[in-house]
Amino acid sequence: MFQKVLIANRGEIASRIIRTCQKMNIQTVAIYSEPDADKPFVREADESYPLGGSRVNESYLNVEKVLEIAEQANVDAIHPGYGLLSENGDFANSIEAKGITFIGPSPDVMTKMGSKVAARKTMQEAGVPVIPGTESAVETPEDAIEAAKEIGYPIMLKASAGGGGIGMQIVNNDEELQKAFESNSKRATMFFGDGTMFLEKKIVEPHHVEIQILADGIGNTIHLFERECSIQRRHQKVIEEAPSPFISEDTRQRMGEAAVKAAKTIGYKNAGTIEFLVDKDQHFYFLEMNTRLQVEHPITEEITGLDIVEEQLRIAAGEELRHKQEDLMIQGHALEVRIYAEDPKTFYPAPGQMTSLSLPEGDYVRHELAVDGSSFVSPFYDPMIAKCITSASNRNDAIQLMEKALKEYHVEGIKTNLPMLRDILALDAFKRGNTNTHFIETYYLKEEAK
Amino acid sequence: MMEVKANMAGSVWKIVVAEGEAVSSGQDLLILESMKMEIPVPTDDDGTVKELKVSEGDFVNEGDVVAILE
Repeated sequence: MFQKVLIANRGEIASRIIRTCQKMNIQTVAIYSEPDADKPFVREADESYPLGGSRVNESYLNVEKVLEIAEQANVDAIHPGYGLLSENGDFANSIEAKGITFIGPSPDVMTKMGSKVAARKTMQEAGVPVIPGTESAVETPEDAIEAAKEIGYPIMLKASAGGGGIGMQIVNNDEELQKAFESNSKRATMFFGDGTMFLEKKIVEPHHVEIQILADGIGNTIHLFERECSIQRRHQKVIEEAPSPFISEDTRQRMGEAAVKAAKTIGYKNAGTIEFLVDKDQHFYFLEMNTRLQVEHPITEEITGLDIVEEQLRIAAGEELRHKQEDLMIQGHALEVRIYAEDPKTFYPAPGQMTSLSLPEGDYVRHELAVDGSSFVSPFYDPMIAKCITSASNRNDAIQLMEKALKEYHVEGIKTNLPMLRDILALDAFKRGNTNTHFIETYYLKEEAK
Repeated sequence: MMEVKANMAGSVWKIVVAEGEAVSSGQDLLILESMKMEIPVPTDDDGTVKELKVSEGDFVNEGDVVAILE
């Protein structure tokens, strides 16, 4: 096993990885930017090194500096967490070239799955269903209309260079497509310097369901069941739960098998997640693969009893998987909410100085924290400041525990989405498990508008 | 004179209009970036950009005036 691990990340995920390393008697090294100097993860690690800079490209994405610290601290492995350098094949290659282990899959698999087009092709070859759409960029509105004939409406029009919703639009017929193509292409050119568009079939009432997998690189691959991640705002997850209250046992089994097959086909090693969209009739389609630990991994840990970070470390150290598929069972139900520093109505970011933080206390709740009560929440990083997780023997009890936890949760000094989380949990539609990806627009925002 | 205000706290990522340019209601004047999110700042009015109060890279708070139209 490793002696000393550098965590190339920040916030709650750095703290989370440190916790497992401490349990396994592995020394930890934190790296931090200027605005993060006072954050909990910096104090929790055995050693901490400043990266300088505020923006991620000056600090956490500064590969040269990260490598320099890794060598100086004499670590034998690097855990990248999620985001930042976690899916950067070049980074993984450069650390392995220095004899340091990257805790994640092989760089070539990461690169392949990082490209939407290549990932889609690979999954098709593995026999995993993909969302019908154009295989390459569509140049003109006329070409788009031609392509739409094969795909069938409704269609999602997307800008190749887009993100965060800019340049993305649902269209229902040729006329709408013609109009939307021209305006979105123009907008994408203005914002991103690239007006290239592509088309994808719009899945009606979609659920975002994903399968967590573990693979040891010596032929053993298992899945740890699914997570339902349909409650999203601006295409970012807000509430996740495991297992999904929507899918049937048969769908669960078929999705698990498809995910394992896909992972085996690409020679995947370590922890990963295959994300699917599931339509109202339980047809599922590959969305993307995350070749890393995910934000919502705790709910899978809660229902399986596994420590996914520990499994990652063991796999990276060359150990064989300790669990067989037939030994795994879903134990109860778990919920996770993401607490964001943002306006609960507009969802706009709300950085600033926190003045107090009080948390629900007791065995019934698990916290993953990026801040303490006096933290300055920087505009340079993502808005998530904490995660709160509850689990129980059944879904209703897990929801009740989360409602209790959120009543006791108080953050002062900055706006957070806590009021929105409380409102969503109180909705009958949520309690019924009717949580497709339009949930926030369909239920929460409509309620707010009344 | 009409003021266009920042709709969130963040830094000015890109300005997409120039002083003297005619703009119409709903048109984006600039894009703010905060916490990995890019949010366009549109105008609610028709007019001409008299003055841009910010430059790319500046940090603004929610409600700060970013442009003046006439």
